[in-house]
Amino acid sequence: MSIENKEFKPKIVAFCCNWCSYAGADLAGSSRLTYPADVKIIRVPCSCRVNPMFILRAFEKGADGVIMCGCHPGDCHYSTGNYYARRRMTLLFSMLDYIGVENGRTRVEWVSAAEGVKFSDTMNSFVEKIYSLGENVRLGDLRCRN
Amino acid sequence: MQELVNRAKKLLEDGTVARVLGWKAGDLPYNPEPAYFESAESLKDFVYNGFCGANLSKYMIEASKLEGKTLVCLKPCDTYSFNQLIKEHRVDREKAYIIGVGCKGKLDIEKIRNQGIKGIESIEGAELSDAAETLKVRTIYGEKSCSYADVMLERCHVCKGKEHRIYDEQIGESKETKDGERFDEVARIEAMSPEEKFAFFKKELSKCIRCNACRNVCPACSCRKCVFDSNKFDSSQKANVDSFEEKMFHIIRAFHVAGRCTDCGECSRVCPQGIPLHLFNRKFIKDIDELYGEYQAGDDTDSKAPLTNYTFEDAEPSIVGKRG
Amino acid sequence: MYKIAKENLSALFQLIADSQELYLPVKTAGQVNFAAWSEEAEVDLDTLKSVKSPKDAFFPQSENLYTVKREGRKMKVEPESLKSQKFVVFGMKACDVKGLEVLDNVFLSEPVDTFYAARREHGTVVALACHEPEESCFCKVFGVDAANPAADVATWMIGEELYWKALTKKGEELTETVKELLADADETAVETEKEAIHSIVEKLPYMNLSLEGWNGDALSEKFDDKLWEELYKPCLACGTCTFVCPTCQCYDIKDYNTGNGVSRYRCWDSCMYSDFTMMAHGNNRTSQMQRFRQRFMHKLVYYPANNDGMYSCVGCGRCVEKCPASLNIVKVIKAFQSQGGEK
Repeated sequence: MSIENKEFKPKIVAFCCNWCSYAGADLAGSSRLTYPADVKIIRVPCSCRVNPMFILRAFEKGADGVIMCGCHPGDCHYSTGNYYARRRMTLLFSMLDYIGVENGRTRVEWVSAAEGVKFSDTMNSFVEKIYSLGENVRLGDLRCRN
Repeated sequence: MQELVNRAKKLLEDGTVARVLGWKAGDLPYNPEPAYFESAESLKDFVYNGFCGANLSKYMIEASKLEGKTLVCLKPCDTYSFNQLIKEHRVDREKAYIIGVGCKGKLDIEKIRNQGIKGIESIEGAELSDAAETLKVRTIYGEKSCSYADVMLERCHVCKGKEHRIYDEQIGESKETKDGERFDEVARIEAMSPEEKFAFFKKELSKCIRCNACRNVCPACSCRKCVFDSNKFDSSQKANVDSFEEKMFHIIRAFHVAGRCTDCGECSRVCPQGIPLHLFNRKFIKDIDELYGEYQAGDDTDSKAPLTNYTFEDAEPSIVGKRG
Repeated sequence: MYKIAKENLSALFQLIADSQELYLPVKTAGQVNFAAWSEEAEVDLDTLKSVKSPKDAFFPQSENLYTVKREGRKMKVEPESLKSQKFVVFGMKACDVKGLEVLDNVFLSEPVDTFYAARREHGTVVALACHEPEESCFCKVFGVDAANPAADVATWMIGEELYWKALTKKGEELTETVKELLADADETAVETEKEAIHSIVEKLPYMNLSLEGWNGDALSEKFDDKLWEELYKPCLACGTCTFVCPTCQCYDIKDYNTGNGVSRYRCWDSCMYSDFTMMAHGNNRTSQMQRFRQRFMHKLVYYPANNDGMYSCVGCGRCVEKCPASLNIVKVIKAFQSQGGEK
């Protein structure tokens, strides 16, 4: 991974569903796979628990990138939660793009409990993307910056 | 209009309805206000003209809690909102007697003022029965005139049609006013670079005074308590402390009504700062149409809304970056 | 009395802005509001009323009071500094200036609001007479003379020239700093303009509104009137009327969690909102009718009762133009009047 800007320490929030992605992160850890410590995981019961406000809140409080991980479509612990989440996030990301927020700052990945490797790869590539985009200045509250 | 008043009187007198929800003449030529009329006598102040832009569907949420039926005058576009409210169980169809009123496009007083017309004493040509294409405005600074179409509300230029989606009876003719495509402006913004998009919305939203008029007038915003009104929520609903707050409010508001917004245009009509708020709602409508199939909220009372529905083959969120 | 050609106004603004901050009506995305001057700003002196009143310059919609920061295991409190630089607000109207008088009564009486007092002390108001008053104006009703704004400097835009007259010491000081751009003028043109404004004012529909019966003694009579039950009905409970008003002075104080501390700020509040004056026990006013009544009772009864009969409405007519439901203070006053007639 190439990190040009050594000063910039991105803050990245990852919403992970309890049943697949959080377990995937666990597996990544127990398999001694690495991903940058800039990623802070927030465990949610289902990807569908992630309200658009959570995403905006994360940006407000200083996140530079927000990623949401859930079970693969078809594998939701609650059968259909991630289908709803998929529509919501698609629309929300499209809106963020529409108001001029760089769309690389948001991402959705489906990571199963068996995909420790995918989890670490995803986080590595997402963090790299955020490094390339730099600090998030378009969607944060200035009061949280000092 | 007289036909409407006579019919309302009749229905009040024979007890079909307990009250009439319509518009009351204002004290200036352009400021009628939504009002309840409970007696035939009070209907002398009833008015229905080009300045009656208010969508009365929202008032029916409260009127549904009153005893007896309420006669409500709905324009074609208002009936979409009413349908949507029925779907959400926010109004009671049995409590409403809907008269679908004709519409030839509603007027925007701000657009009249922007033409440099001020000191208005009277306006001619705003009545539904007037066939004239121009408004004659008498002002203390002389006679002025402007074309009716030039000073119509934005929403009337992209009118959804003159058909009422729901009614008990119809009174008055409607006129086609559509002369534009409703997604043109959205497409124009989509084609901008991220920097231009950001600059555009920053400029528009910087005017926001957090008055919440857009939210309070919106028929889809019918939550009993809005999340932005919660005192446990540290982004204030009334303070424009940081530019983030406006973005947060307008994105979340548009998102919350996504799939339920009928595009009635009330938010843009009432905004004291003239922010084109419909551009948020229409972006969601456009995306929904493109990604999940054409959908018009309020077209019916029983279809599933796009955000409470899904298919196995739905597009992945990464489509946003791929579309470019 | 001085004058300056309209084409030299940008030089005037530049000169003022060289030494202090300058706020004036600026058009942004189609709307005119008071904003800081810059070379790129589209200054608009022709639009009669800014959407938001210029009270923002003295009593901003939101302002930080202090910030608490976490430093290790300690908390550090940083109070917000008071305004200490001079600034000029250019282009306020006579009604807006009167609005400041209303705010002064509230914020400058004990206990003095230091944030407001500091701004008042450092601000110089240059007011512009209303060349073409509009149908929504009713300033005369509250004793405001649209042709003679009572500010630090009064100006009149007549044809291609701006006439300039300092009225106070502050105004004279400002005049000194820009004197190089001003030319001497006599008062004839201004007198003619004043007469013209007065004759227009006479023709405006709201200018002869009667305030009979509205005073500090009318409290229980007006408060208990059944008419409020009717009047409030179209109200959407938005805060447009309060936020565009030059005299509304209610504010709320809130805490914002910055992640590393708290920033305590105050922001305008609106009596139309459900959380207005919310306290631990709940809310004083539980219905929209009560909140609606509060606004008009405050302006026309409570305020005069506490301020020697002065009303806290100045007749700028912004609420008349902006209310989404076309309700406004004039309709309220008229409704009580016609009811009185029927009794």
